[in-house]
Amino acid sequence: MLNILLERLRQGKRTVAFPAAMPPLPPRFRGLPVLAESPCAAGCASCAGACPTGALGADEQGLYLDLGRCILCGTCAEACPGRRVSFSRDHRLASSTRDGLVLRPGGRLPHVAPLEPARRKLFAKSLRLRQVSAGGCNACEADTNVLTTIVFDLGRFGIDFVASPRHADGVAVTGPVTRNMLEATLGTFAAVPDPRVGIAIGTCAISGGLFDGSPETTGGATPHLPLDLYIPGCPPHPLTILDGLLRLLGQQTPPPTA
Amino acid sequence: MEFPHCQAVPLAGAAVLPPVLFRREILARVDAGWRMLALFGLPCPGGVGLCCLLGRDADGRLAFLRQVPAESYPSLTPDCPQAHLFEREVHEQWGIVPQGHPWLKPVRFTGCPARPEEPRPAPGVTDHFRLRGEEAHEVAVGPVHAGIIEPGHFRFQCSGEDVYHLEISLGFQHRGIEARLIGGPDKRTIHFMETLAGDTTIGHSLAHAALVEALTETAVPARGRAIARIALELERLANHTGDLGAMAGDVGYQPTMAYCGRIRGDFLNLTGLVCGNRFGRGLVRPGGVAFDLDKPTIRELLSRLELTRRAAFGAAELLFLSSTTLARFEGTGRVSAETAREIGLVGPPARACGLPRDARHAFPLPGAGPKDIPMQLHDFGGVYARALVRRLEMEASLDFIHDALIGLPEGPVRQLPAGGLPGGMVAVGLTEGWRGEICHVAVTGDDGRFAAYKVVDPSFHNWFGLAVALRGQQISDFPLCNKSFNLSYCGHDL
Repeated sequence: MLNILLERLRQGKRTVAFPAAMPPLPPRFRGLPVLAESPCAAGCASCAGACPTGALGADEQGLYLDLGRCILCGTCAEACPGRRVSFSRDHRLASSTRDGLVLRPGGRLPHVAPLEPARRKLFAKSLRLRQVSAGGCNACEADTNVLTTIVFDLGRFGIDFVASPRHADGVAVTGPVTRNMLEATLGTFAAVPDPRVGIAIGTCAISGGLFDGSPETTGGATPHLPLDLYIPGCPPHPLTILDGLLRLLGQQTPPPTA
Repeated sequence: MEFPHCQAVPLAGAAVLPPVLFRREILARVDAGWRMLALFGLPCPGGVGLCCLLGRDADGRLAFLRQVPAESYPSLTPDCPQAHLFEREVHEQWGIVPQGHPWLKPVRFTGCPARPEEPRPAPGVTDHFRLRGEEAHEVAVGPVHAGIIEPGHFRFQCSGEDVYHLEISLGFQHRGIEARLIGGPDKRTIHFMETLAGDTTIGHSLAHAALVEALTETAVPARGRAIARIALELERLANHTGDLGAMAGDVGYQPTMAYCGRIRGDFLNLTGLVCGNRFGRGLVRPGGVAFDLDKPTIRELLSRLELTRRAAFGAAELLFLSSTTLARFEGTGRVSAETAREIGLVGPPARACGLPRDARHAFPLPGAGPKDIPMQLHDFGGVYARALVRRLEMEASLDFIHDALIGLPEGPVRQLPAGGLPGGMVAVGLTEGWRGEICHVAVTGDDGRFAAYKVVDPSFHNWFGLAVALRGQQISDFPLCNKSFNLSYCGHDL
């Protein structure tokens, strides 16, 4: 018993102060992409040709980056001769709309609007989620799971992951939703009583990500479920996920440290 | 055709054997201590021919065997049980029938792509083992499990609390990656490698890098290789720590569970310090690594490593001092060395049965001496041994990283592979990931593109080991046995 207490003292209190303060992220962390307003060289498609998931491109309005397809690999930043694409250290990537993930030079940032009053009132102090991994590579799963450890202590926000969809207020999907998991994903969502929330965690769950176009995957959760929150990343940092969840419930979260 | 690791060889050098000789050659080698590392189909004129890669741990030799295209062949499984899942996989993918295989159930429930006219089975819907009798009952679990975990379907055949047999039916995570690798390498290839099993990003991307380096005869700068190997051991530390914590949690021992959950993240954050991503995305590339370490970063890594070492060992010590925990661990989920050898276990579960199988020793990467990281063996074969092997491996990895950071060679971190890939070659990349041996085999076509790219995650060998470990156990010990293996679903399903 004594050794347990002594070890408890040695290990110390390690819960992060978030959202009161922003914990440091590693210097090389690749967060929210930033598109510079300077024009592209005529005919240059270096970045779009380099992007492994087709997240980056140009249309009649000019250069765009679809964060819902981006795996934040950083290839485009190296490929662009004009340095128009760079990666900031801003961890706040979540959006409450799919369209809100399409970034443009000087355009608006991804934004999470709180749930509408009826569901916000129900879930603001207690949100139970059933997580469904549907082709996730276990990175999104791991960095979602880590929220339940003492470091992030998700329970202090009234948010928890539960075993049964019957006990849940919503579903959080990871992975590109494989053909073989489509039925189970839909069945799990259907088993959650209404009103409920739908959340896509990770780029795969938003658009199929790297696996988009494979006949064995179905484009993530977006085509199949009504979603209230899209959290991009490959995988999203735990603070990106937590930031999105808290803002969905109407809480204030801190900006990244300079 | 025999060759050493990290050397590509011409495909034409492997004689194309008739089925009887192919089978005889494999069985003779397995009897002589070789292991089956991969068995896969290679499309060639006249149909699909089987290819088998064997490895010998004693001296790191590899053997590549080919069989003439045939619609059926005498099954290896009755004489070589480690072939059972490979043969089911080849049957599902190509429709090639191993005659005499005990039970050709689907592996990934894709139907047979080579025979699109046949219906695709529904996932998990197939014949299962059934125990009959008034006292027998069946417990079916999944695909969606209670927790944040990948999907799979488990069926327990029980009498009261006792499990007679556990059948594991996977395939729910199948993303079709191997099919997408054909015709590569392209701009998605390295990212597929990093997500084959997302918790083994470094292990798989390093195996792929070794394979490409062998094909292109690229000499990796010593500094780049050292940084990749540091990341490989950090990945092992993070996951072994997480596993010890999860095993503690499964027997209700909260202190170690709580601490390890946090310490696992501390190790992941060290990988984040190296390359910006907690899982090592973007770090390992063919020819070396994409990020160098400057002196302040090395100093910070060393100081945080020391703090994390103390925390991890403190948490582990509590676990191994708790008599109630040890009482649950000891004797639970045992696999004998003989069974482990027969079914081809790899990684910590194999080393916990006393089998000296470690790709870092048998098949070291160029520039990595086989003896620079000691192998940890234990021979009790159960949960306790699998926990202890992990704990000892953490110590070895920490010592390795410490020494590697102190003595990091000077110079560049990457040598870009020159030009495209040579055509008509076979190359192999082997690394010891935290779950065990990762094997990548590629055959290039005449155009220098991948004509076949086979990935064998350690989970592919080890899932059956979990089923065997649970025989005769109480069903309530399943979570503990499961966590003591902690296998990958997507790495198996690909």
